[in-house]
Formats: sequence, C-alpha cells, structure tokens
Amino acid sequence: MSSPADVLTLWGHWPAVAAAAVGALVPRGEAKQTRIALAVFAALAAGLVGHLWPGVATGAAPTEWPGLLDLLVVLPIAGAVAVLFLPRQSPKVLRRFTLGVLLVDLVFSLQLLRVPMTRGWHFVSVHEWVPSLGIRWHVAVDGMSLWLVLLTTLITPIAAYASFGSIKTRVKELCFALLLLHGAMIGGFVALDLLVFYVFWELMLVPMYVMIGVWGGPDKIKAAIKFFLYTMTGSVLMLAAMIYMVVQYTKLTGAPSFDLLALQRVLLPREAQALCFWAFAIAFLVKVPMFPLHTWLPDAHVQAPTGGSVILAAIMLKLGTYGYLRFAMGLFPGASGLNTANLAGVAVLGGILYGALVAWKQSDIKRVIAYSSVAHLGFVMLGLFAVTPSSISGSILQMVNHGISTGALFLLVGVLYDRRHTREIAEYGGIAKVMPIYTALWVIVTLASIGVPGTNGFVGEFMVIMGTMVSPRLRAFAGIDATLAAFGVVLGAVYMLGLTQRVFFGPLSNPKNRHLNDVTPRETIALAPLVLLVFAIGLFPALFVDRMKDSVQGFYDHYQYVWGEGRVERANAELLPPSSDPALERGAPPGPGVAAAAGEP
Amino acid sequence: MPEFTGPVQHVELSTTLWLIALLPLLGSVTNAIFGRRLQKSHFGHDLAHKLHIGSLGVTLVAVGAMLAAFALSLWHVAKLLALPEAHRFLFCHAWEMVRIGSVDFGFDFALDPLSSVMILIITGVGTLIHVYAAAYMHHDGAYWRFFAYLNLFVFSMLLLVLGDGFMVMFFGWEGVGLCSYLLIGFWYDDYAKASAGMKAFVTNRVGDWGFVTGLMLLFWALGGAWLEGGSYQPDNLPRLAAVAVESGEAEHGGHEAGGEHGAVTAKAHDADGDDAVGHHAKAAHPQGNGTFDFTVLPGAKVYVDGALAGISPLTGKSLHAGRHTLRVVPGGGTDDLEIPSFSVEAGGETMVSLIGPALSFRSLHDQLVVRDAAGHHTVREGLQSKKAWGGVGVITLACLCLFLGATGKSAQIPLFVWLPDAMAGPTPVSALIHAATMVTAGVYMIARLSWLFALSPVASGVVALVGALTALFAATIGLYQYDIKKVLAYSTVSQLGFMFIGVGVGAYWAGVFHLMTHAFFKACLFLGSGSVIHGMHAVVHGEAAAQDMRKMGGLKRVMPITSRTYFVACLAITAAPFPLFAGFWSKDEILWRAFTTENIALVPGALIYAIGLAAAACTSFYMWRSYYLTFEGEHALPKIATEVHESPAAITWVLVVLAALSTVAGVLFGFSTHLLGGHGEPMLEEWLSPVLQHAVVSFREGGLGLEYALMALSVGLAIASWALAKKRYGAGRPADWAAREEGLPLFDAIQHKYWVDEAYGAAIIGPILKLRLVLADLDKWAIDGIVNGAGVVGRAAAWTSGAIDHHLVDGAVNFVADRTFAAGERLRTVQTGRIQSYLYGLVGGVLFFACLGYFLGR
Repeated sequence: MSSPADVLTLWGHWPAVAAAAVGALVPRGEAKQTRIALAVFAALAAGLVGHLWPGVATGAAPTEWPGLLDLLVVLPIAGAVAVLFLPRQSPKVLRRFTLGVLLVDLVFSLQLLRVPMTRGWHFVSVHEWVPSLGIRWHVAVDGMSLWLVLLTTLITPIAAYASFGSIKTRVKELCFALLLLHGAMIGGFVALDLLVFYVFWELMLVPMYVMIGVWGGPDKIKAAIKFFLYTMTGSVLMLAAMIYMVVQYTKLTGAPSFDLLALQRVLLPREAQALCFWAFAIAFLVKVPMFPLHTWLPDAHVQAPTGGSVILAAIMLKLGTYGYLRFAMGLFPGASGLNTANLAGVAVLGGILYGALVAWKQSDIKRVIAYSSVAHLGFVMLGLFAVTPSSISGSILQMVNHGISTGALFLLVGVLYDRRHTREIAEYGGIAKVMPIYTALWVIVTLASIGVPGTNGFVGEFMVIMGTMVSPRLRAFAGIDATLAAFGVVLGAVYMLGLTQRVFFGPLSNPKNRHLNDVTPRETIALAPLVLLVFAIGLFPALFVDRMKDSVQGFYDHYQYVWGEGRVERANAELLPPSSDPALERGAPPGPGVAAAAGEP
Repeated sequence: MPEFTGPVQHVELSTTLWLIALLPLLGSVTNAIFGRRLQKSHFGHDLAHKLHIGSLGVTLVAVGAMLAAFALSLWHVAKLLALPEAHRFLFCHAWEMVRIGSVDFGFDFALDPLSSVMILIITGVGTLIHVYAAAYMHHDGAYWRFFAYLNLFVFSMLLLVLGDGFMVMFFGWEGVGLCSYLLIGFWYDDYAKASAGMKAFVTNRVGDWGFVTGLMLLFWALGGAWLEGGSYQPDNLPRLAAVAVESGEAEHGGHEAGGEHGAVTAKAHDADGDDAVGHHAKAAHPQGNGTFDFTVLPGAKVYVDGALAGISPLTGKSLHAGRHTLRVVPGGGTDDLEIPSFSVEAGGETMVSLIGPALSFRSLHDQLVVRDAAGHHTVREGLQSKKAWGGVGVITLACLCLFLGATGKSAQIPLFVWLPDAMAGPTPVSALIHAATMVTAGVYMIARLSWLFALSPVASGVVALVGALTALFAATIGLYQYDIKKVLAYSTVSQLGFMFIGVGVGAYWAGVFHLMTHAFFKACLFLGSGSVIHGMHAVVHGEAAAQDMRKMGGLKRVMPITSRTYFVACLAITAAPFPLFAGFWSKDEILWRAFTTENIALVPGALIYAIGLAAAACTSFYMWRSYYLTFEGEHALPKIATEVHESPAAITWVLVVLAALSTVAGVLFGFSTHLLGGHGEPMLEEWLSPVLQHAVVSFREGGLGLEYALMALSVGLAIASWALAKKRYGAGRPADWAAREEGLPLFDAIQHKYWVDEAYGAAIIGPILKLRLVLADLDKWAIDGIVNGAGVVGRAAAWTSGAIDHHLVDGAVNFVADRTFAAGERLRTVQTGRIQSYLYGLVGGVLFFACLGYFLGR
C-alpha cells in the first residue's frame, strides 16, 4: 500500500484478487456482466475487510477533508435539480445520470473510512446560516453515524438500480425523488444543528410520499397519506420542543443556538425535561416505528414499490432509532433514563414478541417482513433503552444489519412480485424447484434475519442481549427483558422459516409458478453486495464495532455525567459546563465556557 | 491485590488448529459454488459408475476434505500426546470478533483431551459416513448439494467442539442446528420433510434460548455487582490477576485430602507428568528466572515493566525472579488493564488469569480454581453465594438453563420431539447427525463445563434424572415401532439419556465414553438400516414402505454383510452377553457410577440406577426385535429373495469398519485392571483426567463384589429380554405377530408416542397460535383502528368544517357579495345615460341637502 511496487505486484491484495477470481468463476447465468460485477463485488468486499483489518493501516492518519460531508449531502440534491433539466424522452440518460451521481456519492463516502474514528467529531463542517437565530449549517460524523451514512450511500444506489428494472413510467420524477431522498437522508444522519436536522427530517418525507403515492400498489394514496401525516404529527411536537430548548438556551446565555452541542448543555427542570423528551421521543418512535405507533409501516411497505420499501426499511427507519439515540437520549439523559425501564418493557413485549407473533399471522409476504421489522427494531430500541456501551454498540450494528438483511428481503420480494404481481403467500409454494438460485439467496438472507451465527444478525442481537442483561438502568427488569428478548429469537425463526417453508418448499402446486425465471443479472447484481456484507459483518464484526466503540463510549460517558447532574431537583434551567474533552466539542458554537478556538473546526 | 495460586490451564500455542475446521468449510463452499457444474461434467464418470457412487468430482472434494481433516486431527492429537499431561491444551487464535467492554470473543480454538476425542469421532466417523453417502445418494439429482451441506455440518460440529469459549461453541451449536434443518429438509419438495426440518430447527432454537439465557446468567453473575460491592458498572472489564501456577497434585492434595478414593475424576497426576513439567520449565530457563504466560485477551499488547513483551497469546516468556508490573492494551475502545505488581518465582511459572465476566471456558475455569493468599477460592465462593431470581443459586439456575440447551440439541425430555421426525432426512444424515455427532453436543457441553455442573448438585441431579427418565421413556416407545429408522431414533434418544445419566451423576468420562461407543454402534445400525432401505426400494415403493419392518424379514439371506454387522452392533448396544462389545463397558460404567454417586443432591442414585436398568432391558428387547424382524424368518414379500441385493462395496466396507470399532472400542478404552483387583484406570478416563479433574465429585465406595453383582444383574436382564424377543420375533415367529402385539399392555399409548406431540400441541403450540390470531386482529382493528379512526374522524371534521366553511363562513361572504350584486343589479337601472336624468338627480340632490341643511340649522 505504501510503495508502488506493492500495488504493482498485487501480492498485497491477494485476498481481493482471490475473491475476484472466485466471483468471476461462479457459474451463474450466461451474462458476462454478471460475472464481472460479481468479481468486482467480491474483490471490493475482500478489499474492504482487508483495509479495515486492524494493524494494516500504518503511518500518520490522513487529514480530514472538511468539505466531504457537505459534498455528500449537496451532490445528490444538486443532482436532483439537474435531473429537472434532462430530457424526459431519454430515460436511459436519466437512469445513468442518477446512478452515476449515487455511485460518486458512494465512492466519496468511502473516504470516511480512511480516518480512524477516534472519540469526538470528524469531518466537521460549519457555515453560518441565520446568525441572528443561531442557526448554522453544522455537519459532522462520529462512530455512531459513520456506518449509517455508509449504509445510506450503499443502499440507495442498489434500490435505484433495482427500481429501474421494474419501474418504467415517470422515470424522471423517480430519479428526482431518489436523489432528493438520498441527500435528505444523509443530511439527517450528519446534521448536528437541530434546525438543519429538522429540515432534512421533513424534506425526506416528500420524495418518499411521492414514491409511495405514484408508483405504489392499488391502495397507494391512503398509505402515502397515512405515512406522511403520522410522521408529520410527531415531528411537529419535536419542533415545538426544539424551540422551547432554544428559548431556554437563549435565556441562559443571551445568544440563541440550534446546535446540538450547545443545547445538550441545557439542564431543564424535571417536568419541562420530561415534556421535551416525550415530544422528541414520540417523533422518533413513530418513525422507528415502535409499538403502538407502528401501524403505518405495514401499509406503507405493502403499497410502496420495491425500491421505496428498500429505502424505507433500510434507511428511513434508522433515522428514527438514530434520532432517538442522538437527540432524545443525547439532549435528555435524565428524562430518558427515568423512562427507559418502561420503554424497554414496551420494546420487548410490544416490539420483539408482539411484532413476531403478528408477523407470523400475516398472509402477505411484505406484511410479514414489515412486522418482522417491528420485531427487529424492538431489539435495536431495547439496546438503546438499556444504555450500556455494549448494548448501544449492538444497537447501532443491528441498525446496519437490519438495513442490509431487510433491504435484501424487500429486494427479493420485489423479484417475485415482478414475475407474478402478487405477494400472497398462498399463491406460491414449492418454487425452490424452479428458482434455485433465488431460493438460495432467500435462505441466506432469511438466516441473517433470524440471527444465525456467522451472519450479521447474530452479533448485533447478542450484544444487545448481553448488554441488556447487565444494564443497571433497567433495574430488576434487566434479566427479564434480556430473557424475553432472547426468546424473541425463537419466534423469529418460526415466522421467517414458516414463510420460507410456505413459499419455497413442498410440491410446486400452483401451475402459474411453473415457468418462473430465476434471478436476472440485474437482480443478482443488486443483491450480491448485500449478501456479501451479510457474511462480512457476521464473520468480522470487530471491523465494524471497532470504529464505533470510542464514540459510543464518549456518548455513554456524557450520558452518565448528565444523568448524575440531573439527580438534583432544580427549579430553573441550568447550563452545564462544556465537555472537558475538546474532541467532543469540535464544531460547537461559541458560548460561555467554550474557548473561541473550539468554534472553528 | 492478593496474589493468586492455582492449577490454571497451561497453554501450548498452535497455528494450525483452525485448519481442521477450515477444510470441511472449503469443501462445502467448493461444492456449493462449483458442485452443480462438477456433477454435470463427465469427469470420472466411468470410475464413479464402477464404484456405484455419484459424481466423482463432488465426491473427491467432499471426501477429500474429510480425509484431510481426519489426518490433521490425528496429527494434532499426536502432538497433544507428546506433551506432558498438564500441558495438553493447544490454543489457536484466528481473529477477534467483538471486544467491547466485557463482551469479548473471537475465533479462538482449543484442543484438549476432551475435544480431541470429539474431533476424532467427528472426522473419523464423518469420513466413513461420507464414503457411505457417496454410494447411498449416488442417483440423487442434488448430490452436490447434499455433500455441500454434509461438509458444512462437519465444519459446524468441529467449531462446536474446538471452540475455546461459549461463542465459538455457539457458532457451531447453531450451525449444526442449521445444517440439520437443511439436511432433514433435503428433499424439500415433500412438504412433510421440510416441516420436519423446521420442527427440528425451532425446537433446537428453544434449546438455544436456554443456552443463551444460561450464558447470560453466568456472565451477569461474574459481572460487576459483586466485585464492586453493591452498585455496579455495567460492562465492567474483567480484572487481571497474576496466578502462580501449581500442578494438579497440589490442588488435589489441598482439597480432596479428606476422601481417599473419593474424587475419582479429580485424580492426581502421575509422578512422571509432574516431573516432566518441572524439567520443562527448568530446562528452558536458567536459574533465577521464571516463566511468564499471558494467554487471555488474544491480540492485546502486553507490556511488562513498561516494555512491550509481545502480543497475546504469549507463552514461555522468561522473566527474572522478583516483582514486575504489567499493563495490557486490549485494543480498540476497551480501557487498558493493569497489574501494579506481581511476582515471579525462580523456576516457577506465572500466568495471568481473568477475574470477572468472560466468555472463554478457560478463563471461567481458571478463575474458579484459583485461590487467593488466604487459601480461599474467592471467585468460586462468590459465585456460589450469589442468588438469582427467586433466591435460587445462580450456578444452579445457569446450569439448568444450559441444560435446557442440551435437551434441545441432544433430544431429551422435554425437547426430544424433533428427533423422531428428523428421520425424514436421508439415512446417512440420520447416522451422522442424529446419532453420532450433533445430538451428543449436549453431553459434550456438560462434560466441557464439568467444573461448573459439579458445583451444583441440584442441577446435576436434574440432569441425571431427566437423562434416566428419557432413557426409559424413549426405550418404551421403541418397543412397538414398525419403522426401522424410528426404532433407531427412539433408541438414540434413549442412549443419549444414558449419557446424561453419566454426566449427571458426575461420571463425566463415562458419559463421554458412552458417547464414543454409541457413535460407533449407532452409526453402524443406522447405516445398516440404510443399506436395508436401499435394498428394499427394489421391491416396494415409497419411503414409508421401504422402512417398514413388516415388509421385510429374512434379509439375512440376501444381505449377509449388512445382517452380520447389524448383529454385531446389536450385541454392542444391548451389552449382552459378551462383555467384549463396546456398549457393555460404557453403559455398565454409567450404571455403576449412578448407583454409587454422591453428587446429585436429593435424587437417590439407586433410583437412577433402577430406571437405567429398566431402560437397558427395554433396549435389549427392541433392538433384537428389530434385528429378527428385519433379517431372520420368512420373507414378508416373496420378491425379496430375487430382487433385493447386498449394497455396493462403499456401503458394506463402512459397515464392517464400524462394526469392528463397536467390537473393540469398549474394551480398548474402558477396561481397567481395577476389575481384576488392580488399581489401573480405564485408558479413556486417564486421558480425559486433565480436563475433568477440577470437577469436584465423589462416589461411595462400593466394593468389587457389588460391582460384579450389578453387572451380572444388568447382563442377566439383557439376556432375558433378548430371549423374550427371540421367542416372539425369532426365525420361527408366528405369522400374526403383529396382531398379537396389539393386545399387549400400553400398545395404544406407545403407538401414539404417549401423545406427547398432541399434548404439546394442545398446551403450548395451540395457545400460541391462538394468541397470534388475537394479536393480529388486535393490531388490525384496535391499534391500527385507532389510527384509521383518527383518520376518519379527521376527515369527518374536515368535512364538517368544510361544510361550515362553505355554507356559513363562505356563505356570509357570498351573501354579502350576492346582495351587493343584487343591489348593483337594481341600481343599474338608474344608469340610463341620459344627461337630463342625471341633471334632475343632481339638482334634486342639491335641493335635498340644501333643505336638510336649512332645517337642521347649520
């Protein structure tokens, strides 16, 4: 990696070369492009693992390019605008342009991996926006958002690529929606200014609303409106709480700021804090979605087109969990800590167990997967509610895992839907006979979804369960929560394998299924990276966890500290001193106690 | 910090151990990716045809991987043999998976005497079964897929037994469950077979839930709360403690001095072994220096006295005698660990052990055996005094949960129901997975955790009792089965029960011994039945018919080798009347230990013994019944004589090898001169003692006479059952034997397997199925109903406000506008355009206002 000779010999990259060879040799289909694509993906996966392997990176850490995040967010949005000027008559150009922009974004996002994710903020970029109101364009990543950003830049191109295979109408609008959505989602993950976050949070509703409403199933309008209004209701509460926080901060310091790093220093009296916490929490819990606020999800999924479902499940739901972690927990450790035992109970009973049992009953494949998301996100939320470093890390890993496995499941359902235009389980049965490769892919992803060791699902769930077991925050319920959550894994096997059983095994009874084609090259290419990641995360989780654990520890320390401060009953809001760790204050707005230098990245 | 001493596990590093597991994985991946092509190609077609096996390429990959793994296993076991007894522990760190806080695990492999027995069985019997399967499955269209699964299974099983900690074991544990699922449902277009696979997986998952819960409890119990006294820090790192290594002798002397012959497994090392250790240390290092080992937290950087000593695992580092400091950087975000001061003795050995939550068996074991300066087993006592839910000792609870995991994998009450259904898979699968290897995982786990189970007599008692009950229960179900594979399935459940009696009563080595002999004879029986089924397909159609013993009879004459090997295996399993055969040695040892045990709290050992004895008698009856019905007497179908032939060589040779192993393995590994009045121990017990010696167990002194008497009793009973079976089903059996059976007691209950499936269905599955319907409706009508209701209410409100808006608010505006229009309409008539009219109006207006002004006085 250091000397040119090393690169020339390729010896330093033998795992990637070997993987490429195997990928190219896989005797699948006749299309040459599939072979090439599989070889490239295999090489990239091996290269990624090799690159992330501890001890490989040597020398001084490369400097962070501060404009990177700006670029990641702005590029797709600018691309969306550019799409408007492209001719509607040539869908090919539109598609290529969109994919090109998304892939460029992906390549740039990989730059985030070149920097060791030490404690604190990285790639901080601050620009004044509305100085009089203290609103700044403030974006940064840390270990908690890093993988979610990368998940976004990976999933959207895949979803776009898969959509282009099945959606032939209004391609221009589709391209516009995809690019806008992409930019908004990345913005949501990296924004540290509450107002900027809010803008992205609301902005991403619009393209998704359009995607469900335009390219959706028969009941699309109702689903789209339900999705939009449900999410919107929560966010309005959040906006109110946000403004209240800013007003309090202004009272304390004299200058307004919407910055997370500023606002998290405000320690509100208990009641005010509880109200603000719930306002934030409801906004995020709707999006997660957590029982009993989950019913918009099955409707939206069933009606959404494949690409929309993939993005919705893989990324948008993660904004709910991420938002809860970053903002609801980050701003209100006291209030969230007081409620966390009850919320964990809801996550276990209402999410993991209830979601699994309801999923078991569904007769529509997409509905099964939608409810399985409720169950899986119950795990994620349980990890967050347990508030231990390992459970939070497990949660973040599980967010990524869910994105990969559920994204892949929705892609796979899309494959069937494109052929038969039905998702009723009863219409299928025994199709393993006619679609063997498809079946193999489905079984692999199903196993990942039910957390079989060796696939990505296992590690996250295990870390969440272990972290929950030792959580002091859940008091006497820690053991019960952990035990019941572990039992949820049994139910997961029941409904997912039951689904597999009914769709794939048994005799091929329905004559309409007799001539189904196996996966096409396009579908293979869309699925391959996800399947590779299933194993990469499942076998080498340390590569992924290592990059988040410093940040998680930093977050946890701050949480513990504020929790300790919050024990004292106080009548008025107070301002905590800034963190003693300068890395955690990188990019913070100037204010009392903050050194002027800290304001600059 | 007090210095610790104790017989902690010595570690020898190995860099090749992981290859044993890797090879079958490579075989599996190769066949999964390229197998289909290989099978379609004409490579080696003629040779394969001649050998009566499937595609040569696929076979070479699969069997080659197995043979290589077997050879590597032998090589590693030889390496182990060359080491002094206390050093027999090879350790290999592949890579780190997760290290965050105390949740720390990686792909760490370990080979000790116990796992060496297991890998030899897995790769040895596994190879034989692969060879057999090459012939048995040769016509199958998905031959390649079968071998890909089979190799994957072996890989998982090797992970299970080679794992150095709970996590790698769990990888294998779930992996074998998965492969079992794939293989039972191998012929997936039969819905019932796919369902059987799913039943196996889900039942196993219930067990896995127990496993994880037990693990969690243990983890929690060793965690911060009692280390920090009251309030605890979650995820606290384990502490490090320097331990002065002492040999097993001292441990034995210090703690088991009371009972002379008491601790059978906690047995002293022989003098040679200890001398060798001493020499080993002295020879390697000059006087004045001691040895320092750091083998926990693999991958961590170890600094001794401020200088980098190496990367863990690190053994045999020479340090001068005296005090040193240690700092460890585990890597990633985990905080550094330190020992401010520890001492190394000249010629002594110091190891670092973890104290606190850990997932590695070795770390758990080591911290339970170390003693502090005052001679207390601090950690063990702390753990023993810890209570969990309901005041039950946490060790007992954890052991019971882990045992639930074992009942799932090893098909014991209450989770045995999947195993008989699992017979839907191809017969080699039944032999490999559901007889020889996977189902013994639970027994292996308890033997592996012997030092933990021995601490809880209650849990051990439960293990023994459940094992005994399962042994009897399954044996009685086996009595009247007609399906030959079902007989063997229930027999397996029953024999596994015997193994659990062994590990339950504290005779861990005997449990493992029975595991081994059972692997040989049960594999032989299953493969023999497979050979029969293979032959029977020539005369009957369908799976069920080919396995029905009522359609067989007299096969001895057409399948001589199969029948002879089956006979030998029957002798081995029924343990009668030639004490030479394998089953006798292991089963008798188990029953004897059950009779004399003192480790199972309130459960009387004699009760366990009596149940076991009854089960053994039943075993003899149903096994001989199956032998006679299949091989002796008249042909049930006349076509058998002409159309059924002996199986090809690949099948018969495997049977012969397994039959030979069933014959000699028992006496070879289980004979002890003790039976002749000497003092020797059985070879296997000797071999396993380094692993099992820290399980503190004791047995009553029975006396040789009693042992012989009990032995005679069990042999006598077995012979009596055999005689009974021969009378009822032997060569001269009455033609209406089947009808006569139906009148026997319990026939109905046994035919329905005591209605256990039905009972589970009614008690557990039914309610859950109902619950999910209720919840789904709740979700649809109540929770979503509220949302949709809100939507409807919103729309109604919108409609109302729209109506109000339209009729009232807008109505008012429109009214004004309308009136204005109407006024304008009227007024329009005034606008005539005639100047005169306007002038009249103007003048009139002026006059009017003038008058008004005049009269008002302005």
